[in-house]
Amino acid sequence: MSSLRSITLATLTKDIRLEWRSRDAINSMLFFSLLVVVIFSFSFDPNAEESREIAGGLIWVAFLFAAVVALNQTWARELRNQVLDAYRVSPAPANSLFIAKALGNFILVTVLEAVMAPLFMIFYNLRALGPAWQLIPVAILGTWALVVNGTFFAAMSVRTRSREIMLPLLLFPISIPAVQSMVEATRIILSGDGSARFWIVLLLTYDVVFTTACLALFETILQAE
Amino acid sequence: MKRAFPILAVLTALLLAYAFYEAIWVAPMERTMGDVQRIFYYHVPSAWTAFLLFFVNLVASVVYLIRKSAKADAIALVSAEVGVVFCTVVLVTGPIWARPVWGIWWTWDLRLTLTLVLWLIYVSYLVLRRFSDSSQTPKLAAVLAIFGALDVPLVYFSIWFFRTQHPQPVIGGGGSIDPRMLHVLLINWLAFSCFALLVCWWRYRLEMLQREADELESLESLRGVVQ
Repeated sequence: MSSLRSITLATLTKDIRLEWRSRDAINSMLFFSLLVVVIFSFSFDPNAEESREIAGGLIWVAFLFAAVVALNQTWARELRNQVLDAYRVSPAPANSLFIAKALGNFILVTVLEAVMAPLFMIFYNLRALGPAWQLIPVAILGTWALVVNGTFFAAMSVRTRSREIMLPLLLFPISIPAVQSMVEATRIILSGDGSARFWIVLLLTYDVVFTTACLALFETILQAE
Repeated sequence: MKRAFPILAVLTALLLAYAFYEAIWVAPMERTMGDVQRIFYYHVPSAWTAFLLFFVNLVASVVYLIRKSAKADAIALVSAEVGVVFCTVVLVTGPIWARPVWGIWWTWDLRLTLTLVLWLIYVSYLVLRRFSDSSQTPKLAAVLAIFGALDVPLVYFSIWFFRTQHPQPVIGGGGSIDPRMLHVLLINWLAFSCFALLVCWWRYRLEMLQREADELESLESLRGVVQ
């Protein structure tokens, strides 16, 4: 157990240090989602009432697209210098590698959300009419839902031709229920009509089901020859 | 086995012709919808066949991951391909029927959305198979099939929250159906299932031959290297 934790931690710090020094992913993600916010704002030009109805959809679609940037480079980075092959032959458990990568992406996307959410609020003049604190569990569970499957499918798409485009093709169909839950929960909280409990529970179920599936099947994917 | 193939082909052709005759001439006219309702004899059997094939794909994928048998992988591939074709038929015939009856082509109803999401998942499955290199494709595809199957109940619950517009399922649901219509429906389903089996069989043989040819080719090129 302790080796699992130390390997996870070592991989995670390595990835964060790499990202901190290059800032490749985070900069392009931030700029990309900023562009999405501005373009959506121009094309819909909503009033405050409409904003509450559509903001949930816009914000999560922006984060979903931006997250793909981070997810795509998760494993692509390890292809250089055959690091991925080194992982395969090393006795380190595959799952600790997976957890480290997923946590790294989670941190990256969370930072993105923390920066972009206030901007969204400003551009769309948003003020939550429902219990605003519920946005925090929605954000945490939603981000994990995107990131856990995204990290897994990135490990699959890295072995295909034209891998950059392959990841969204695999990830988006499977993510439909998660995205719908996030969008609906956010919409309900912002507009204050009804309770978002059903969607939060569904999101939690999605997270539990797919985290389990990822951990159970990741070794198969990593070792696939 | 090889002799059984033409027998099945003839049987399927006869069944399809008979089912067509039953659906167009014999089945009673629906009182409110009129002749448009006859598309039901193609829509519903295609849906059942598609779901059956997707289920076969899931089972074959699990078997592949456990046993690593190339046959299971070929069955998974073939059932996904044919399943996507039948699912496309469902998604095309549905709106053709819905437009005159509901007045709209499409609605985000439970069964419609679920079918569409299934179609999307299996198209992404086929894209993955097309884009990955041959040696690791089976494993990646089998894993994706399992993820897709896990997704289905979640999609179901996420849409279940909304109102359902689709007519109740005719079997095991609240809807009622004229027994003569049910009879025609079941004949059509039998014909469609035979047709699906026929196509799958043909495609399976093609796939196995293709693999054999690929293997021979790589052996041949290896021999060239040795000499």
